[in-house]
Amino acid sequence: MSDTHEETIRFVRDSMLPQQEPPASSVGAIGWARANLFSGPVNTVLTIISLAFIAYVLAGVLPWVFQSVWTADSLNECREIMQATWGETHGHACWAVINERWLQLLFGFYPSELYWRPILAFVLLLVAVAPVLFPWAPNKLLWVTAAYPFVMPWLMWGGTIWGPICVAIGFAILFFGAQFLASRIGSLAGLIVAVVAALIWWLFIVGPLSGELGQAMNIGLEPVASRNFGGFMLSILIGVVAIGCSLPIGIVLALGRQSDLLIVKAICVGFIEFIRGVPLITLLFVASTLLNIFMPPGTNFDIILRVMIMVTLFAAAYMAEVIRGGLAALPKGQYEGADSLGLDYWQSQRLIIMPQALKISIPGIVSTFIGVFKDTTLVSIIGLLDPLGLSNSIRSDSAWNGIYWELFAFIAFLFFIFCFSMSRYSMYLERRLKTDHR
Amino acid sequence: MLIYDTRYRSLTIQVVAMIGFMLLAAWLINNTLANLNTLGKPIEFGFFAEPAGYDINQMLVEYNNQDSHLRAAFVGLLNTLLVAFLGCITATIVGVLVGVLRLSNNWLVARIMTVYVEMFRNVPVLLWIVLAMAVLIESLPAPSAFRGDEPEATMKLFDTIAITNRGVYVPEPLFSRSLGNFHLFGNSPLRFDVSLDLIVILAVLIASIFGMRTMSARANRIQESTGVRPKTWHINLGILIVPMVIVLALLGFHLGYPELRGFNFGGGTHLRNSLIALWLALSLYTAAFIAEIVRGGILAISRGQTEAANALGLRPGKTMRLVILPQALRVIIPPLISNYLNLTKNSSLAIAVGYMDITGTLGGITMNQTGRELECVLLLMLVYLVISLLISGVMNWYNNRVKLVER
Repeated sequence: MSDTHEETIRFVRDSMLPQQEPPASSVGAIGWARANLFSGPVNTVLTIISLAFIAYVLAGVLPWVFQSVWTADSLNECREIMQATWGETHGHACWAVINERWLQLLFGFYPSELYWRPILAFVLLLVAVAPVLFPWAPNKLLWVTAAYPFVMPWLMWGGTIWGPICVAIGFAILFFGAQFLASRIGSLAGLIVAVVAALIWWLFIVGPLSGELGQAMNIGLEPVASRNFGGFMLSILIGVVAIGCSLPIGIVLALGRQSDLLIVKAICVGFIEFIRGVPLITLLFVASTLLNIFMPPGTNFDIILRVMIMVTLFAAAYMAEVIRGGLAALPKGQYEGADSLGLDYWQSQRLIIMPQALKISIPGIVSTFIGVFKDTTLVSIIGLLDPLGLSNSIRSDSAWNGIYWELFAFIAFLFFIFCFSMSRYSMYLERRLKTDHR
Repeated sequence: MLIYDTRYRSLTIQVVAMIGFMLLAAWLINNTLANLNTLGKPIEFGFFAEPAGYDINQMLVEYNNQDSHLRAAFVGLLNTLLVAFLGCITATIVGVLVGVLRLSNNWLVARIMTVYVEMFRNVPVLLWIVLAMAVLIESLPAPSAFRGDEPEATMKLFDTIAITNRGVYVPEPLFSRSLGNFHLFGNSPLRFDVSLDLIVILAVLIASIFGMRTMSARANRIQESTGVRPKTWHINLGILIVPMVIVLALLGFHLGYPELRGFNFGGGTHLRNSLIALWLALSLYTAAFIAEIVRGGILAISRGQTEAANALGLRPGKTMRLVILPQALRVIIPPLISNYLNLTKNSSLAIAVGYMDITGTLGGITMNQTGRELECVLLLMLVYLVISLLISGVMNWYNNRVKLVER
């Protein structure tokens, strides 16, 4: 190099200087603050305004939360204690209302000596969903998942154990009957026969049989009436059932909407657009006033069950649209690839299409779940005692008349924990299943 | 067999599905008719003509308790549309602001906006509505606090707005030389008055905007032929303001201020707590979702677009207006409209705070008074369905208009 420039340039450095440290103002905390908080006049002003805002909010909230009254029998007593301790009644929370009513906000009017049952059901729920949600959970736990839909209602409502067992046997008849008959009389005919057999079993045999068995061998739990259900237990119960049932129904509806069969498609589109076009509250009105009218005369089934049905249908319609988005985003080559392998419709859906479509639609599916869980609060409008319904009755209690921040902060906090962890889980799942360019 | 022959397979499945669907529908209808007969209330809509017999406290058109149930439902529908309209506007403004600020270079601002979005998205909207109502009722001063020489509370903004626990009183526009009202639909339940003053003002406003567009088109032509753009902003401002001032002066425009009369405020426009709570909660809640949509829309435009615009020599403002926004809007608008739809449907939660929207009138008091659950709920669903389909229609039209034309 020095040869070429020998004639023109007087001096050329032929060895590298040692690398220098960056200036102290552009690294570390100072550098970060300069880059992110004070990079220009506008940014500096924004930072100062934000700091002032945060200081203002914290100055109000921190003393409110931490300099608070935890034991009192009424709001007036709370205020007296505040007056005596801090010389003012404003700016301090009265958590005594939560201290007194938190069990009610969690369980409603469920008998307190039976609290172990909803708690056990909740723990079992965590065990049952673990193998679905996390890859490290042992696959044997899937048996708990399979048993959960029968164990949970028994734990919550109580009664004889034979009812859930008989219903479960019906599913066994359906499943094993279809498998057994498939090799004898063909898969379609086998399926039809098994479905008919299971329907006969559920409609005509389960009722008398479980009654007989209950009389012969009375194993059961103390029954709890639906009107005692309430609080977060009720929200989670409705939410879990609606979430669990809406996903399969939503998949079927989405497939129906994507199908070439004109009539099937029309029915699915009509259902989805109808449900998505009306507010959930009107569907809950249907649950509370009309659903019994649609059933054969004399039927009168449980209000919580009716609400669950309507919330499930509501969630399923939204789920169908989310999954349809996933199906539409899949390249056509995937369908053609499945066809060229000789897979039939259900095989290709199960092995090729659905795993990819569901993966694409995870964010939408989880935000539908979150929406459904939040929407369970609407049941307070038709008179069920979910946390918001209970908050109304607590606020109209003469002892706690006039309290609102503490109560709503507590309820909002619990909802926030559930919904926020669901959205974080969806992000984790997206990262785990991400297979494109790494 | 029909099912295994590809020629008839799809037909067979469809016929079976159709028969199954018809059987289900027939079963449901049969049950319903049987049950209604037992209850002694066959389906009929005659009760809509009967007097409603209840009062509605917030209304856009005149109504009294001797008007029919149908009239009450119409008043409720207008209230639904009112809160949906107000909510959509506020939610859009707040949402766009928050969405843009979430992308700010300023770490602190971006974090505060993230906290706002997560806080509102993860808590049920019903809770926000009920909480807003509770805060308004419990924490604001009663009208009596404004009385006396040393009042505990004072009116805000130069004594023009009174914020009380019975609602907010704002100045109302009055016209001393009013043109009167224009009555529509005679004596039917759907009758309403349109203020001619409002129509004149709107007409003048539209004419002014048209004039401004003509001016800027002329400026564009001059710029294209000479390369120099004439200054137009002062002319535009004149076109906007002068005719409006003249019209308002001709109509005798003045404001009617609220003032304390007896136990309550009189004069001015009374915005009830229920309306404000619903409006506030719905718009803040929906704004959190809109913020995420706006953020996603802006992030979806690749950096290459900005760089290409810079390479063409466009200034930042023009880059935003001519390159980024048209593309971002294509991503933003469809979910934005579906959020407007959600807001409209969520406005049915008005029933929780006693705002008389259509759910409160038709699905609330009318249903409970007449006992006609089936008719009321069906009509209620139909109304919301029509609103939804109209909004989806607009969305599809827009989607088709801005769709990328691919080869």
